[in-house]
Amino acid sequence: MSFNATRPTLLAAPGVAWLVAFMVAPCLLVLSYAFFERGVWGGVEYTFTLENFARVADPLYAKIFLNSARIALTASVLAILIAYPAAYAISRAPRMTQPVLLFFAVLPFWSNYLIRTYAWIVLLNREGLVNNLLRKLGYTGEPLSMLYTEGAVITGLVYNYLPFVILAIYSVLSRLNPELMEASRDLGAGPVRTFLRVTLPLTLPGVAAGGVFVFVLSIGNFVTPALLGGGRFQMVGNLVYDQFLTANDWPFGAALGAALIATMIVLLLVQARATAHASGERAGEARE
Amino acid sequence: MSAAFRQKLPGRIVLLLVFGFLYLPIAVLVLLSFNASGLPTSWSGFSTRWYGALLNNTDILRAAWNTLVVAVFATLISTVLGTLLALGMETRRRKSSGLEALAFAPMVIPDIVLAVALLTFFSRLSVAMGLHTIVVSHVIFDLAFVCSVVRARLKHFDFSIVEASRDLGASGWTTFWRITFPVLLPAIVAGGLLAFTLSVDEFIIAFFTAGTGRASMTLPMQIYSMIRFGITPEINALATLVMGVSATALLLSQWLNREQHVP
Repeated sequence: MSFNATRPTLLAAPGVAWLVAFMVAPCLLVLSYAFFERGVWGGVEYTFTLENFARVADPLYAKIFLNSARIALTASVLAILIAYPAAYAISRAPRMTQPVLLFFAVLPFWSNYLIRTYAWIVLLNREGLVNNLLRKLGYTGEPLSMLYTEGAVITGLVYNYLPFVILAIYSVLSRLNPELMEASRDLGAGPVRTFLRVTLPLTLPGVAAGGVFVFVLSIGNFVTPALLGGGRFQMVGNLVYDQFLTANDWPFGAALGAALIATMIVLLLVQARATAHASGERAGEARE
Repeated sequence: MSAAFRQKLPGRIVLLLVFGFLYLPIAVLVLLSFNASGLPTSWSGFSTRWYGALLNNTDILRAAWNTLVVAVFATLISTVLGTLLALGMETRRRKSSGLEALAFAPMVIPDIVLAVALLTFFSRLSVAMGLHTIVVSHVIFDLAFVCSVVRARLKHFDFSIVEASRDLGASGWTTFWRITFPVLLPAIVAGGLLAFTLSVDEFIIAFFTAGTGRASMTLPMQIYSMIRFGITPEINALATLVMGVSATALLLSQWLNREQHVP
């Protein structure tokens, strides 16, 4: 195959066509629904309105949005706090074992999301393993209700997305030049100071990538709040689901989806800027 | 305690704790699936009866078959489209940020948003939904993942050997099948296996694009409805099997696409 000017376009065409027809077009269609009124029997009444977007900002729904954001943020921070030491330990392991450790850290990420969430139901329910262990250890009070709490939802989110954060932070850590840390030590900085002043700032892009990923996937999550929150916790994902499958208010559901996508795009742009900024800084340092 | 050991200790404790956190819940599920009583409260001996029970559950068998059909078709289509897209993107002279965003979007778009968009799209066009609409929908993210795996391989590909082949008189077609394709094959297969795993495990988009009725239920949909009714030993067995299949496909994918160090 020769690679002249038209070939690449021809090669990419079928894939691009598929994505445009089945991803871009449907997303634009559903977005357009957000500007119309809801039909009397569900469906859409083609009268222009901005009412749906106003409703997203309504305190009732804004509260759900903010609550989802808070849960997603907590999950992101916890995931980073657990993933950072893990990624650091992996990057310090012997060269040969690093890929193996990394593979097994990421493996659960590729197994069924529902099953990984279900595993926590088995652990946390009133007759579950944790309560059983407590009883065996001599605890005699009422079994703890850990399931269907905000804590359970956050645990589920952290558990499900942790592998990706480990991967994101490790990929930055492993590319770090060890001479930088040695130089810091030689200049008299202790290990803590070296970490805070050299290692941590240089690995922030990985931390940001992992954190944004967890946040974006958590705020739009539907399965975890439904299963571990027992439907008591409305998150944006569940709200969108309800508008389409139970409340039959597609235009409002579309407006909520648009708000979700807008949040996601803003975060990804901020993260891209932060990464570009960090790498620019590094390039600057190298030149000095 | 030697100094070297003491230095390594914190790292080992961290790894032990994190891997414990990641694998303990899964290990508990797998163990319980072999528990004769099926209860999480006590161990009453090793048994495979819950696996036997699965084989007699026609709903689960049909869902498993549906899942396989969807995953096979979605994988075949997305492997071809994703590989071609990767070739197209990597051989362009100028990188197009629009194209980059298009190929990246399926991996980050919240699945609930894509799910409702597809539901809206198919109902607006009055398309009867079923397994075929799930396939069409799964190809979207499958092809993005295949594309990214193949592109990673193409980044290390030396296009001068393609030119050399052409200079020596081979046609474009011959060059592709004799030079480019063999080099890319491990990445194509690895991408395909990844697509297969993603498709087998995908729940929300399938749930929204399957249409009504039980006829086109996939395994994750079946698992979801079983979980909502509570914990049963059968789910534990089913979960163990599904995880076993995914893990095998992934190990295979990883092994095929391992770095072959070329100078």
